[in-house]
Amino acid sequence: MNPTNTKDPEYFHKVVDCQYACPAHTPVPEYIRLIAAERYTDAFMINWESNVFPGILGRTCDRPCEPACRRGRVEEEPVAICRLKRVAADNKGEVKHLMPQAPFPMNGKKIALIGGGPASLTVARDLAPLGYELHLFDEWIKGGGMMRTQIPAFRLPESVLDEEVNYILDMGIHTHFNTFVDSMKEVLSKDYDAIFVGTGAPKGRELKIPGYEEAKDNIHIGIEYLADVAFEHRDKIGKNVIVLGGGNTAMDCCRTSKRIGGETVTVVVRSPRKDMKASPWEIEDAELEDIPILNNMPPKEFVVENGKLTGVIFGKVRAEYDENGKRSLIPTGEPDEFIPADDVIIAIGQDNAFPWIERDLGIEFGKWDIPVLDKTTFQSTLPNVFFGGDAAFGPENVITAVAHGHQAAVSIHHFCQGIPVTERLPPFTNLTSQKMGIHEWTYDNGIAHDLRYKVSHEEKKKSLANRKVEVELGFSEIEGFKEAQRCLNCDVQTVFTTSLCIECDACVDVCPTDCITFTANGEEEELRKRLTVPAMNTTQDLYVSDVLPTTRVMIKDEDVCLHCGLCSERCPTAAWDMQKYMYNVTKVYQKDGEKVCC
Amino acid sequence: MSYLKPLFHHPSLKENKVGYVKADYEGVISTLCAGCGHDSISGAIVQACYEVSLEPHRLAKLSGIGCSSKTPTYFLSNSHGFNSVHGRMPSITTGANMANKHLIYLGVSGDGDTASIGMGQFVHAIRRNLNMVYIVMNNGCYGLTKGQDSATADFGSISKTGESNPYNGIDLAGLALELGASFVGRSFSGDKSQLVPMIKAAMSHPGFALLDVISPCVTFNNNKESTKSYSHVRAHIESTSEFDFVPEEKAIEVDYAAGDSAEVELFDGSKILLSKLAPDWNPTDKFTAVNRLHEAKSNGQILTGLLYINPESKDLHSMLNTSDKAFNAMDETDLCPGSMELEKINQGLR
Repeated sequence: MNPTNTKDPEYFHKVVDCQYACPAHTPVPEYIRLIAAERYTDAFMINWESNVFPGILGRTCDRPCEPACRRGRVEEEPVAICRLKRVAADNKGEVKHLMPQAPFPMNGKKIALIGGGPASLTVARDLAPLGYELHLFDEWIKGGGMMRTQIPAFRLPESVLDEEVNYILDMGIHTHFNTFVDSMKEVLSKDYDAIFVGTGAPKGRELKIPGYEEAKDNIHIGIEYLADVAFEHRDKIGKNVIVLGGGNTAMDCCRTSKRIGGETVTVVVRSPRKDMKASPWEIEDAELEDIPILNNMPPKEFVVENGKLTGVIFGKVRAEYDENGKRSLIPTGEPDEFIPADDVIIAIGQDNAFPWIERDLGIEFGKWDIPVLDKTTFQSTLPNVFFGGDAAFGPENVITAVAHGHQAAVSIHHFCQGIPVTERLPPFTNLTSQKMGIHEWTYDNGIAHDLRYKVSHEEKKKSLANRKVEVELGFSEIEGFKEAQRCLNCDVQTVFTTSLCIECDACVDVCPTDCITFTANGEEEELRKRLTVPAMNTTQDLYVSDVLPTTRVMIKDEDVCLHCGLCSERCPTAAWDMQKYMYNVTKVYQKDGEKVCC
Repeated sequence: MSYLKPLFHHPSLKENKVGYVKADYEGVISTLCAGCGHDSISGAIVQACYEVSLEPHRLAKLSGIGCSSKTPTYFLSNSHGFNSVHGRMPSITTGANMANKHLIYLGVSGDGDTASIGMGQFVHAIRRNLNMVYIVMNNGCYGLTKGQDSATADFGSISKTGESNPYNGIDLAGLALELGASFVGRSFSGDKSQLVPMIKAAMSHPGFALLDVISPCVTFNNNKESTKSYSHVRAHIESTSEFDFVPEEKAIEVDYAAGDSAEVELFDGSKILLSKLAPDWNPTDKFTAVNRLHEAKSNGQILTGLLYINPESKDLHSMLNTSDKAFNAMDETDLCPGSMELEKINQGLR
């Protein structure tokens, strides 16, 4: 193998598993350390700069970081990264003065943002400080998009949502609420220099099985139902409710139903439990509210008596997978099951919908009616129109929408300034030694063996009585500290200097997870097998040194390194050093090196 | 400075036959200087005990005074231990061994603890062929008192103080051969592929097994002009053989070319396989071992590997025909048969 090129900004970035997995690449370990140091405001600002909605995401994020967390590879559960983010948001001090301060000198360019969700708001935040005149259009009365319409208040209090949406709107954004944009042609005819489409995936799928037409009045589309409840257009539902679908929307629908009159609420999913799209914690929370989840039962018919829905008939299936992993649901032959219901909520997926974009404008659409876009620049085939969020490549999540927003903002800025949109901003990186003295580091390198802390919940009686009572109470400061200590500080890198090594083996002997091997070089596949502990997790890189005096090389398997710093502490020549790697996705308003916070 | 080792270990680490992972054989975090050769030897002991699936309670680790003698704290935390006074480790081991022959005795000593203050103890333990593994962590200096030359420092070697050593060094392996040790090996802390099987073989050997392990003192004796520095040892190391230890129950799969290999069967049925690198040497012939040792020395080489083994070794217990039962398993009447018995013995001597 060739020596590892640690100058490649992606090498050490990949070692920080959580940050690498995060679509917005939030510097997770950095803010977790700040939380442990009770520097909540700083922790919040690191988040705000990177993911724009710390308080919202600290409650509702899909957490791609957590399955990636290294801790999950050395013990059972990852660090509760998402809930720690909330600790920062809950305990922060005054933050507004740390954000770019409006009014900004205008640059004469005018941008339309269609849709008021996380993608558009991110574009707005990134472009506002540069002096763009930003016009944001949304059909609802407030900004936030799906964060407001689809995430119930018992998971995300309105006050938190308002606060974080307003940080952006207060930067001088021209809002056009209660305005449904129904023609792209019309928008294009106005004098906008660029248009950003962040309209999400607003169309819930229907389920037209026998009985649908007759029962229509009591059949509701999940996301519409949630929006109706959020805007108080609906405040009750029947006593017996069936929710169809196994995603997070289904979980929100059933739990919402429990709070507005549903007494017997049942979730019925056609596929097995392990194929359900809902996050495990959302399923758990639904079950904690005594909502049964029935699997392997596809709906067959809405049963109507005297013109009114009385229930749904379900078949029974089992899942079989062919060698390509493709699933088919095979009827088991058991008798069908009838479940009574006054109302049925269908939450089986949602799609993009662009009936308002005329097809003769030069904006090409591809498969599934999704716009044809450049994957890096988010530019459509009409150069001044950009897409982001769920509107771009189909339904994803808030944090992905934010990541899109940052990149679309870069593209829009470059487009408006006559710079090629293909020109991207390199990440901001920095690698600095954490040594403070002999065997002393700036970070707490001791390994806490605590198991993951659970977030406590509001009393069920209280939270079920009022849909606005938040269920999760969040970590207390003490719990937050303890959970923060579980973080392995993966951003503090083990940096090896070949020329200093005297091959004394001290690092090999002390490494608690046997990551380090000194051996003859070879091809990666063969080399992986003959390390002290074979490195069978090929998603994790091997760190390979230059050739040492004994002609061997140092190989470090990054997989389960605890970043405890013992290799550096036991190294007599400081060939190993612990160096903190900062990696930041450069936002367009930081182009000239401007940073908003620490 | 970290004073606690993380308890997490590699999730794919295998348990050995008695259900332990390697970490179960470790001790607390070392307080020796970073990069000390002794820590590597501790690591090799841990590795060897893990690989032979030793139950930790079956081993007693004993030491004297010095950097080397601190190391038993850093390995085998679940074994018996005795940190004795300076140079007296062999005597304490003799006592313990006489009281209970069923433990494996692992003595750890340094060049000062062995070749100076403990010399009188050392030579008699060899003479009696006491069944023990005697590891000398040999760094050629008194590391604990700031690096003065020790009795094993080679003539002309220059330590960090800058003074050339005017005396001849004691060659502990040569001395042990002379005194009739039944197992003599030399190794280097930086060569675990040799050291680990050698420790395993020494633990299987019934009798006195000396392992003279060169272990650079990274703080006081690791300069280029020192003959016990990492770089000097690496440049001058010469091996008698490639070494493998095969436990009794394992089939031998290694096939060496005829004439180049030797196989030594140990008392417990285990085997040592040697792929000989030195043609004029036979591991069971003391004379060739002594010759090779002198030859290497005059060429400025450091000869490592198994130097000599006596496969017929009879340890002290066999010589004295002692009781098979350990003292701690005997009851009061066995241990103290009473004045009548004493009177009988006295009568017999009259």
